[in-house]
Amino acid sequence: MSKLQEALTANKFVVTSEVGPPKGVAVERYLEEAAALKERVTAFNVTDLQSAVMRFGSMATCRLLLDRGMEPVLQMTCRDRNRLALQSDLLSAYGLGVENVLCLTGDHQKLGDHPQAKGEPQEAHLFKMEKKIDAGAQFFQTQAVYDTEKFKAFMKKGSHLKAPILAGIVILKSVGMARFMNANVAGINVPEELIEELKKDKEKTKSGRTGVEIAARIIKEIKDYCQGIHLMPLGWDDKVPAILDGAGL
Amino acid sequence: MLYTENKPPEEVLESLKGEDNIFLLACNGCVEACQTGGQAGMLAVKDQLEEAGKKVTAAILVDFLCNKMLLWSRLAKEIKTIRESESILILSCGIGVQAVAKVVEKPVHPGLNTVSVGGLQGLWPSDERCEACGDCVLDYTGGICPITACTKSMLNGPCGGPNDGKCEIDAEKDCGWIKIYEHLKEIGRLDNLKKLYKTRNFEKMEPTADLRRNVFYDIEI
Repeated sequence: MSKLQEALTANKFVVTSEVGPPKGVAVERYLEEAAALKERVTAFNVTDLQSAVMRFGSMATCRLLLDRGMEPVLQMTCRDRNRLALQSDLLSAYGLGVENVLCLTGDHQKLGDHPQAKGEPQEAHLFKMEKKIDAGAQFFQTQAVYDTEKFKAFMKKGSHLKAPILAGIVILKSVGMARFMNANVAGINVPEELIEELKKDKEKTKSGRTGVEIAARIIKEIKDYCQGIHLMPLGWDDKVPAILDGAGL
Repeated sequence: MLYTENKPPEEVLESLKGEDNIFLLACNGCVEACQTGGQAGMLAVKDQLEEAGKKVTAAILVDFLCNKMLLWSRLAKEIKTIRESESILILSCGIGVQAVAKVVEKPVHPGLNTVSVGGLQGLWPSDERCEACGDCVLDYTGGICPITACTKSMLNGPCGGPNDGKCEIDAEKDCGWIKIYEHLKEIGRLDNLKKLYKTRNFEKMEPTADLRRNVFYDIEI
């Protein structure tokens, strides 16, 4: 059993983080950043051509993490694979020692660097989560959460779901990043109050302290409503310990 | 050349489970090689329904279901009967089924699978499209096609992308699955969403060898 599954079945509060492979072959830096968090994180997700941008592969990165003593969660989107490739890649991942998989639809190609490639209501999503559980899903990791009240309402509506949910956390680096995500990243909505908070003290925001404070505050507010958090530091891995300290984890 | 084929009778009856009063609507429009619609197709299905113990409240033939004026004026005369029926079984291409779903607040059931609309000039002046997937799912999606209305052609519900009911790739485009959800809610069929649609059979998109040998098919192509 993987460490992640063990922790989730034991009802422990779980922290996962993320490695986003680069466009190119220089992965070493990303592995080192992950290694620095090894003691505080149960497993590392490896994103799969995130935002539909061509990059170093998820499966190879997973293996490199395993070689360095870290547990990976292979992210796999349906966007770039037909049913032959999906199944074959799952078998290959197993062969390489990968025990956790996060299955995703994938961002549309239009959002990525190959736009020519072929490719609400909360209840509508809850129906789909039920179907995923029936199909064998054992855990969920969400897109970045910023509106804690909305998240809590969702978790209450989904209290019947029989699979643990890890809330996504993305550190807000700047006003520009928040606005960019609102305009371009599917499923993310940074409320105006948080953007105002980032605007207030420019120096503090630039140093990362505002982002760390916001992330820690979000985690504190929602941690009693979910079974873990999934951090997506996007290059700010060195801020993760401060966030976990601030959130009391 | 429009090529449709009858859905297997047991699949149609399964979709009509729990409904006894069925309004049957057939398209008499495009020339078909397969003779699934029209008068003959309609009467054959009517017999099947009655044999299975269903009451056919009306069997109506409309020249083009995809012609808004024709459809409205014909259905307007039948409002009372439609109200008394639990659902509408439609023998037409996917556009016809979606056209009816858009103008009538009743569950619609496709009786045919659309395999090819090659060369067809559709008359429906609206957004609905039929990709001729050969395995019509409009029954479970409330008459809104997830293959054409959803940018990703998702078959089991929305992706994580929609924002305020709009698609992740275009803030002007409605999310097909949110539309499906809202419509199913309106017609009291939210349970449909629990159905797990497994994998699409892309082979069904090809007209069969038998059809290609058909004389009508030859003339039209």
